[in-house]
Amino acid sequence: MYLYDEYDQRIVDQRVTQFRGQTERFLAGQLTEAEFLPLRLQNGLYIQRLAPMLRIAVPYGLLDSGKLRKLAHITRVYDKGYAHVSTRQNIQLNWPRLEEVPDILAELASVQMHAIQTSGNCIRNTTTDQYAGVATDELEDPRPYCEIIRQWSTLHPEFAFLPRKFKIAVCGTSADRAAIYAHDIGVELVADDGGRMGCKILAGGGLGRTPVIGAVICEWLDKKHLLTYLEAILRVYNKNGRRDNKFKARIKILVKAMGVDAFREAVEQEWEALRDGPGTLTDAEIERAKSFFTDPPYLVLDDDAVGAELRAQGEADPIFGNWVRRNTLAHRVPGYRIVNISLKATGFAPGDITDTQLELMAELADEYSFGEVRTTHQQNLVLADVQAGKLYTLWQRLQAAGLATPNHGYLTDIICCPGGDYCSLANAKSIPVAEAIQSRFDDLDYLYDLGPLELNISGCMNACGHHHIGHIGILGVDKKGQEFYQVCLGGSQAKDASIGKILGPSFSQEDMPEIIERILQTYLELREDEEIFLDTFRRVGIEPFKERVYAKAD
Amino acid sequence: MPKLIKHGEILEDDWLPAEPDAGSASAGRILTLEQWSEVADKRGLAVQLEPGQAPSPLFDFLADIPLVAIHFPLFTDGRGFSYGRELREHGFTGELRACGHILPDQMTYLRRCGFDAFQLADESRLETALASLADFDEYYQASIDQPLPLFRRRR
Ligand code: SF4
Repeated sequence: MYLYDEYDQRIVDQRVTQFRGQTERFLAGQLTEAEFLPLRLQNGLYIQRLAPMLRIAVPYGLLDSGKLRKLAHITRVYDKGYAHVSTRQNIQLNWPRLEEVPDILAELASVQMHAIQTSGNCIRNTTTDQYAGVATDELEDPRPYCEIIRQWSTLHPEFAFLPRKFKIAVCGTSADRAAIYAHDIGVELVADDGGRMGCKILAGGGLGRTPVIGAVICEWLDKKHLLTYLEAILRVYNKNGRRDNKFKARIKILVKAMGVDAFREAVEQEWEALRDGPGTLTDAEIERAKSFFTDPPYLVLDDDAVGAELRAQGEADPIFGNWVRRNTLAHRVPGYRIVNISLKATGFAPGDITDTQLELMAELADEYSFGEVRTTHQQNLVLADVQAGKLYTLWQRLQAAGLATPNHGYLTDIICCPGGDYCSLANAKSIPVAEAIQSRFDDLDYLYDLGPLELNISGCMNACGHHHIGHIGILGVDKKGQEFYQVCLGGSQAKDASIGKILGPSFSQEDMPEIIERILQTYLELREDEEIFLDTFRRVGIEPFKERVYAKAD
Repeated sequence: MPKLIKHGEILEDDWLPAEPDAGSASAGRILTLEQWSEVADKRGLAVQLEPGQAPSPLFDFLADIPLVAIHFPLFTDGRGFSYGRELREHGFTGELRACGHILPDQMTYLRRCGFDAFQLADESRLETALASLADFDEYYQASIDQPLPLFRRRR
């Protein structure tokens, strides 16, 4: 995990002091609402429907036990004892008081955390694969590059007042778990013909009102050029992106309007001036970044022996066996497993975690996973480095705390934005819809029979719940002041990214579980062999689903 | 006389502000890009850019221009940050002024993009703005006032 030195610390500390001054000036009437707005947003502070909301940055989803304990403390002292994991791997507080936000930021700075650029029209938190560094299919660990980008984008003097928000994701596997095609810029670590690792650069992807899959701007870029190239893209965007209409201000609209080739040409032209300049990465810097993400002291374990023991434990205790099968994954290192901790227990808002659960996670991280925990864009947590032989005791402790729901990757592992319960932009509530669906489909055997299924819910067009790229997507819409829900099918955030197709007219909140049921029934009737929902949908198209869902009762 | 921040202090402006409606150039007045374009002998003339007016037409004349003012009608329109930086990257050494609706909170960003004069529309904020120049003294990126990114300087 990256550790601050005195430079990093100084920057974050000075930012806290600056924000304290800004808050004081605002409260004293020396800054208008409109002026304070982007300043507070760039420090993570929204003013929401019920209270301010503070979004704390979790750079590329990495936390350690010290940070978790601090977060638990903050939720207890300054909030209502719980926090929310967002789809950008960040942590949100729903009830902070404006006057206390500078103090919260100071507390965060004391554990090398901040809320810089978690909101506003600037470069946001860089996200990546939640299994970075431990996945079996990884070509290169993306985290050092995420950290390099984090530093470059933090308080960048030229790009703090962009036309619109700007999101970057990095991945280092061919199976894209970071949804890089749905980002303003996506970076994929790829080998060239000679096997040398470099960066493939995508631009212009994004969700929201006009979902677009990113276009390849550069097939292979030497890593040393990463920052100057990003800078060139950002400059083209900052100068030419639309500022007259916020719905047309994202870079995807600019890339579309210019055409990919013309956009690429403009980037290359800007890049000429920056290329090989001082912003060019040095080998020493790349090595320095990598030095923070080296292997922890793994034990040498016998995979077969450990595996046999795990199977035996699973047979003796089938509930444990099932959890292992559903929520843990193969690890690059023999004898270790990746553990997914579902924050999707029925009855709790998806992604919410209490102060005591945060503290427990800190304890478990120290005991089982080298002190680290990750947040995921599916709004879950990960313990990335657990010895298989210790899974049973870990599971028992998770279960006692309500953190062992074995639904990872299944229908009830719903991605869900805060929606109308918290968010002032919402058209409709999203959490009650998630809860109604979770309650309706609480039979685990049925869930497993359905197979891997991603259901995503957003409370409005801003698409924080990534509804467009869920296999099933639900979007809150406003019809004459009433809350309704539009359904789309067939989205995917994986390598074969696709945008879901709208099923048809929207539904009321009470009808949603029934509508989902009909969609699932249609799938179960039409699927061939072990086909997952997405593949069936891609084979048969939307028509059969339409017919069934909108069929009139006889 | 309007005031501005220059050389770390608050001074009287010795230029007259741009007047878009004036037909022709007059001595000591900052020109709009249109007015400036029409003058044949550009030596000693100051020019002001608006958002949407990228600085490239100025590049061939930078040695003749004593002052480029970049106007921010609204502080959230960040195009001027890129314009300023580009002018410096192309070798402009004269006064680079940010004027209009700029906030004290933007001072370090502006300075780092190469601005060395700051004319806030709201003059009551000049003192706060001057103090804000010291908000940060360390940065990650390569910029105009510190051409080396932190990773080339870190010890
Ligand atoms: S999708 Fe809309 S309702 Fe949901 S959090 Fe984002 S802005 Fe709010």
